[in-house]
Amino acid sequence: MRRRLLPLLPLLLVGSACSVDGIQSVGGRDGQGGAAIADLFGIFLVATLLFAAVVAAFLGAAALRRRGRRADGIEDPEGSGTERPLKTGLIVWIAAVAIGLFGLTLASHLTDRSMARALPDPASALRIEIVANQWWWDVRYHFRDPSRDVRTANELHLPAGVPAHVTLKSNDVIHSFWVPNLAGKQDLIPGRITDLMLIPRKTGVYRGQCAEFCGMQHAHMALDVTVEPREAFERWRAHNAAPAVPPTNALTRAGYDYFTTRECSTCHAIAGTPASGQVAPDLTHFASRRSIAAGTLPMSRGHIYAWIADPQGPKPGNAMPYIGLEADELHAVAAYLESLK
Amino acid sequence: MTVLSGKDLPRDGEMLQGVALHARLEATWRREPGFWGWLTTVDHKDVARRYIVTALIFLALGGVLALAMRLQLAKPENALMGPDRYNQIFTMHGTTMMFLFAVPVMEAMSVFLVPLMIGTRAISFPRLNAFSYWVYLSGGLLLWVAFVLNVGPDVGWFAYPPLAGPEYGTGKRADVWAQMVTFTEVAALCISVEIVATILKQRAPGMTLARMPVFVWVSLVVSLMVIFSMPAVTLASGFLLSDRLVGTHFFNPFEHGDALLWQHLFWFFGHPEVYIIFLPGAGFVSEIVATFSRRPVFAYPAVVLAVVAIGLLAFGLWVHHMFATGLPRLGYSFFTAASMAVAIPSGIQIFCWIATMWSGRPRFEVPMLWVVGFIVTFVLGGITGVMLASVPLDLQLHDTYFVVAHFHYVLIGGAVFPLLGAFAYWFPKFTGRMMGDGLGRLSFWITFVGFHLTFAPMHWTGVMGMPRRVYTYPVGMGWDQLNLLSTAGAFVLATGVLLFLVNAAVSIARGRVSGPNPWDAAGLEWATSSPPPPYNFAHIPVVSSASPLWDNRHHLPVMTGLRVDDRELLLTTVMEAKPDLREPSPEPTIWPLVAAAATGGTFVASIFTPWAVVIGAVPVAAALTFWFWPKVAPTPEPVAE
Repeated sequence: MRRRLLPLLPLLLVGSACSVDGIQSVGGRDGQGGAAIADLFGIFLVATLLFAAVVAAFLGAAALRRRGRRADGIEDPEGSGTERPLKTGLIVWIAAVAIGLFGLTLASHLTDRSMARALPDPASALRIEIVANQWWWDVRYHFRDPSRDVRTANELHLPAGVPAHVTLKSNDVIHSFWVPNLAGKQDLIPGRITDLMLIPRKTGVYRGQCAEFCGMQHAHMALDVTVEPREAFERWRAHNAAPAVPPTNALTRAGYDYFTTRECSTCHAIAGTPASGQVAPDLTHFASRRSIAAGTLPMSRGHIYAWIADPQGPKPGNAMPYIGLEADELHAVAAYLESLK
Repeated sequence: MTVLSGKDLPRDGEMLQGVALHARLEATWRREPGFWGWLTTVDHKDVARRYIVTALIFLALGGVLALAMRLQLAKPENALMGPDRYNQIFTMHGTTMMFLFAVPVMEAMSVFLVPLMIGTRAISFPRLNAFSYWVYLSGGLLLWVAFVLNVGPDVGWFAYPPLAGPEYGTGKRADVWAQMVTFTEVAALCISVEIVATILKQRAPGMTLARMPVFVWVSLVVSLMVIFSMPAVTLASGFLLSDRLVGTHFFNPFEHGDALLWQHLFWFFGHPEVYIIFLPGAGFVSEIVATFSRRPVFAYPAVVLAVVAIGLLAFGLWVHHMFATGLPRLGYSFFTAASMAVAIPSGIQIFCWIATMWSGRPRFEVPMLWVVGFIVTFVLGGITGVMLASVPLDLQLHDTYFVVAHFHYVLIGGAVFPLLGAFAYWFPKFTGRMMGDGLGRLSFWITFVGFHLTFAPMHWTGVMGMPRRVYTYPVGMGWDQLNLLSTAGAFVLATGVLLFLVNAAVSIARGRVSGPNPWDAAGLEWATSSPPPPYNFAHIPVVSSASPLWDNRHHLPVMTGLRVDDRELLLTTVMEAKPDLREPSPEPTIWPLVAAAATGGTFVASIFTPWAVVIGAVPVAAALTFWFWPKVAPTPEPVAE
């Protein structure tokens, strides 16, 4: 039944059919949850539009039926002969609406239950912990062997076909974790622990975004998601579990010195160096990410310069202060950060 | 002082009617002349008119904010305004539209129309009514003055803690929001109590519950909803203020408070609030459809029961705003079912209105155009509402532009369209003049087209992943053209509403004089002159059907014997509306205004220090003492049948 309705979808909702290609869209079928929801959306769309069509037809007919007949007298409802059939119509209509709604409620409930049943045991899934902050995501991968653990920020790498159990916490206000191509959203609430199961089906690059208003920079709290084959994920994991590469030339050495001895390391950590601040994104493999400042700027040399020189320009209100680096310091820090592949 | 016996008192009746009666009633019921009279009036029509004008000013202000948001979102990475300004603007837009426009304007329509529709001389507790307007005005001024001074709230109209709490909502912005809520709560509760008392005790003799106009039923249900839902938000905003001001920890999870407690309390009010706004729209539509289809509304008992059912169901679905918070999954199913169930009474109403047209002889005057626009738009909003009731779909669509589209379809389509239709319909009763027809039709079509141009694309924007409440968005998400279209639509929509207001302004001055019943409608409000005199009716009408002016086309029976030298009302029994008691109605006085000023001062000062509550209690108590000071001993009299 569901499968047969699906081909109708593009006809009915051209826009959402196009959006299946989007990196942040509800129509996506790239994750197990997302696909089930897209199916359910189709069922709801067809059923409700049918009812809307009935109402529109009835309204149109009622408006046109006696058009042009003007009379100042008052209709006698009982004498006109339309009252009885209309009352029967009302009862049929109530029954139809009730049955339709019952069907939709059932479809919704069954989808919800089947999605819940299809979830694997969290113990066997990849364990990820995400802590939301104003306005960035702190991401940790936990393994049985802690030496394999990974800490990163504002990005998520997932092996295709492998369930990932994401534990969600917040350090400050309420946020909402949402990667629409993979699954529905889940709030992160201070004082509570929530969780979500992601089961990516297709490799690709997606985008997630905070969906609960969380203050000044709610608009700039995004997350890059990469779903890749298992081997590629394992390579990424091994690389990201390793400490940062040491500086290789005079310029990056100067950047390293500045970073580890001056303002930067108060907040930021880089594994394998003395920089161990815990209140800002971990930068160990900063340059391997796709964007800067939780999706605010694409990763590029120019944007690294722009961000360090004036973090309040592209993302006003964020916690990173204006430092006022001299030109040589700026060159050095930018070069060092760019070397953190 | 001598107590006069019943026989000596001047009353309306055979001895006193016509011009002489009008002169006596006018002298008794008119407000004092000049500016003083303007300040002291307790006439429900005066209060309602100023409520409506004030609410329309807030509508215009909220609309300008909407246009500012649409300009900012017209293109990606727009630098028109920064996040601080934008967040204030979207908070102000939602807060203004919900608390300062939609709820007050609907209540004001009830305050104006209900006493006329049920055939009484005045609203009950008229001084409380005057008080409620001044409190409402103070709340609106507090919010907007704060915004102009750049301390407007920036935490959303829902003000979730901890973002609105003391740690993350720094400054006084969230306090201004929470205290504005207190003002509007007080105002709304006052009106609701008046409306309930008026409807239950002041109906014209013979107007049993089953003969009440649908709009009066709606007013009764909505007022009861306000009385049961507002305390939840009163409690919530009180908790929030005390968290912020005196360091309680109701919502602080790190001191054993709970951030989610706020959401439960807020939405326990917030969802009924939506129906508090929508149901009056359904009431307007029922009246308009009946008048222009030339027959009483089809299946009146079904329509009334649907209104009551929506009022009850409204209290059982607040959790559908919280599906993403991680509450137990199985419990969600109950709220899904309850949310879906709302579609049944809504569907009944839609059927009955269309059936009324089907079996009547519909005339598509301007108010009817708004009704048709309403049905089309509201059904589409209902569809998306059914989708959002489903947990899996809501987890995707929640807090996206899809939801923005949905609730503008139900709030503008479901409440503002009927409201504009109601303005056009009752405009002659408000002003004594007809609203211009040509400009009326033009403004309808421009508003209708502009509305759909603005909000239809947002369904797609939401499905394509654009979250709400973002001040900007990146290039390349596929949202650019849809947003530009919405922005263009918003200006068309604003033009339509502006034309409506221009039409109203022109018609007040130059419209055709309407006479008492220009549409040949059936309700009692059309039995008196337009605009009605201060005492509403020379004689209290007697009702023997649900369409009194249609069933008594030549002579509306009346009842006589009310005093004309004092403001006297007839109270009737709750169910059958049999004459029960005489009741004096209060005189005009300045004390409601003074009491409102004292209350307002207390509320505003308590943003800054908790001592304000203690100190402010003194002037409030003084004002209330003078307000309730007894002037003359009441003259007890039995009702003479």
